[in-house]
This record gives sequence, structure tokens and C-alpha cells, in this order.
Amino acid sequence: MSYIVEISKLMVTVWDYLPYILEGVLWTLGLVAGGLGIGFIIGLPLAIAQVYGHRFLKILVEVYAWFFRSVPLLVLLFLFYWGIFPALGYKLDPLTCSVLVLGFRSGGYQSQIFRGAIQSISEGQFVAARTLGMSKLQSIYHIILPQALRIAIPGWTNEYAIILKDSAICFVLGVMEILTRTRYVVMATLEPLLPYFIAGGLFIVLTYGGTKIVNIIYEKAKIPGLIGRM
Amino acid sequence: MSFWESFISDLLKGWITTIEILAISVPASVLLGLGLAVARVYGNRMISLIASGFVALLRGLPLVVTLLIIFFALPKLGIYFSPFWAAVTAFIMCSGAYQSEYVRGAIRSIDVGQSLAAQALGMSKLQEITHIILPQAFRRALPGITNEIIYLILYSSLAYLVGVQELFAIAKHFNSLQFRPIEIFSTTALIYAFMATIATLGFRRLEMKLRIPGLEVT
Repeated sequence: MSYIVEISKLMVTVWDYLPYILEGVLWTLGLVAGGLGIGFIIGLPLAIAQVYGHRFLKILVEVYAWFFRSVPLLVLLFLFYWGIFPALGYKLDPLTCSVLVLGFRSGGYQSQIFRGAIQSISEGQFVAARTLGMSKLQSIYHIILPQALRIAIPGWTNEYAIILKDSAICFVLGVMEILTRTRYVVMATLEPLLPYFIAGGLFIVLTYGGTKIVNIIYEKAKIPGLIGRM
Repeated sequence: MSFWESFISDLLKGWITTIEILAISVPASVLLGLGLAVARVYGNRMISLIASGFVALLRGLPLVVTLLIIFFALPKLGIYFSPFWAAVTAFIMCSGAYQSEYVRGAIRSIDVGQSLAAQALGMSKLQEITHIILPQAFRRALPGITNEIIYLILYSSLAYLVGVQELFAIAKHFNSLQFRPIEIFSTTALIYAFMATIATLGFRRLEMKLRIPGLEVT
């Protein structure tokens, strides 16, 4: 931990260690973007499978969503980092592992967001698409999803806020995000108050700022008259 | 003793601590949630502003950060907590803040006529809130509250970060001795999943029990 000594030599006042903590924002946003992205790639097909799939497929999706939604992130991180990935022969670095675990878990949550959105589209839409000669896949892709995805945006905003706050837990693996850096600064300076308040302030800005941005996207993506019935 | 015997007996001890944490923080967070919601809806401007600020703050902070601030930063200001109580305090404040959002929404969804009728019957504001509004609002908020309690069960594992010897802390310690991560952490995972599932089913039953026919949210 010699770098902590290095840091402690450099950092005397808040202004010295502020850039170091701020750099963690990029890592945090990387975790969030990766987690949300992988969660989307997993969650959407799962949701489609849960609504339109074979009965066996539905049960599989339900078990997946149940598992990842009822196990603490902390346990998942350790299970995958020390247990499952090494057993499969992958020695992943903490960042990759954290992004994957956040993604798997978010996939469970997002599948439920999208399922709710798909089910809120009236069944007539699907039937009408089929009557027009569209295949099942075409109906889902061209008719159902464009509507369902818009409806899912508010739920998705929530998911952003949840992942953002959960990403802080990844400090247990030593990912260099905001909280890990904050803790190094605390260790180096022996001054807990200000660094933690800075970290807290950053998370608050990211939570409310990010939510604002997604809300703007929601307003832009809205089709007037279509989103009223949610 | 074999691996499993000693593992399970250790794990049980940790589980009891987890249950203790939850036994205090679940009811307390529900009460805090109700209190915050009432303060926000019925309080005067000052009280309502303070309650809203508290909720916004705690909803913007990750629970980990809240916990670490309470345990590591507040002592600098002369406020000391033992690990157990630091964890419980963080869980109550965080979960209470989230729950208050559901309760507030539920209170606002109760027809104004109910409040007027209570006043017409000569009830005081307090009686109106405790006898007329909250019993209905609580029922409507219950699904949301249940969700938050499930989260609380999962996030109780964070107590390990401040040194509480709860379920996850024991599992992690055991893993550092034996290094059989797959067995140890998947068993731990299943115990948490079991608790979350039992809680989900239990609260669904409670919802059915409390249901007043004809009063459901439409």
C-alpha cells in the first residue's frame, strides 16, 4: 500500500485530493453504463421470453429474475469474483467482474420492467399485427417494442438510480470508483469527514442529474396520446 | 467437525444477528416512513421542508455511503455509534426515506371527501390522520413498503462493512479460513433469497388480511 503513503504526502488540503476523487466519477459512470447496458441486453430478451415464450422458458426466466433480485449484491460480487468466474476458468479483474455482476443483476430487474411494459400494451395490437401477416418476431419488433420501450422509460430511470447507488458497493472488490478513492483518501489523510461528504455530494449530483437527463429523453421519445395509459 | 457442520453452525450465529438487525430496523423504518410522509403532507412549511430535505438527501445517497458516514465520519462531530447501531440507524433512515415516498403518494391518493367528512364529524386533525387517512393510506402503500423491506433484508448484508458479525460477515470470514467460495457464498445467497422470499409471501398474506373489500385501489 505504498501508494497510500504517496498520496498522503501529496494531499494536504481538500483541493489536493478533490481531483483524485473526481476521477472516480468516470469509473462510477463506467460501472453504471456497463451494468445498465448488459442488463438491457439480458433483460429485454428475458422479458420477451417471459411474455411470449414457451412455458419452460417462462419458468427459467422467473428463476433467473428471482435469484438475482433476492440475493444481496455484496454476496453476488463475492460469489462471482471468488467462486464462479475462477471455477469457469476466468480470472477477471475487479472492474470487469463488477460490471458483469451489476449487469446480470440489473438484467433480472430490467426483465421485470420490460415485462410490465409489454403486458401493458393491449393484446389487440399483437393480434392486429399478426392479422396483417407479420411474423411473431416482426410483430414484437415493429409493433410491441416501440411502444413498450417508451412506457418502460420511467422504470428505467429508477433502475439508473438504483445501479448508480449500488455501484458504490463494488468498492469491496477495489474497483477505483468514487467510494474506493474516498476511502483511500480517508486512510491517507486520517480525515474522514470532508472526503465522505464530498463522495456523498457527488452521488447526490449524479443521482438527481442523471434522473433529470433520462426524464428529458422520456419527454423527447414520447408519442403524444400514446403514453397516457400506463 | 466437518466443513459443513462448522460452517452451518457459524452461519446460524450470523443469521441471528441479521435477524436482530432486521427485527429492529424493519418496524422502525415503517414508523419513520409513516412519520415522514405525515410530516411532508400535513406539517407546516418548515416541518414539511425539513422532512422533504431529509428524504431527498437519503434517497440521493447510496446506503453504503450513509452507513460509512454514520460510522466513520460522525465521530469527528462527536456522535458515536457502535457498529450494530450504526448499521441499524443507517438502515432505518434510508429505508424510512424510501418508504415515505410510497406513503406520501398513498395519502395524496385518498379522496379529499374523507378528510372533510372527518372534520364534519368533529375530529381533530390528529384523529383524522390516525383514524381515517393513515389506515387507508397504509393499505395502499403496502406493496411499495413491502418492496423496500425486501431491499432492506438484502442490504442488511452491508452491516459487515462496519464490522457487525452478521450473516455475510461470518460467511466471508469462513471463506478466508477455508477458501471454498462457491459452496460458502452460494449457501449464503440462498439464505438471503429464502429470507426475501418468505418476506414477500408473508407481506402478500398481510395485504390480503388487511384488505377491505370494496376499498381496493382501482
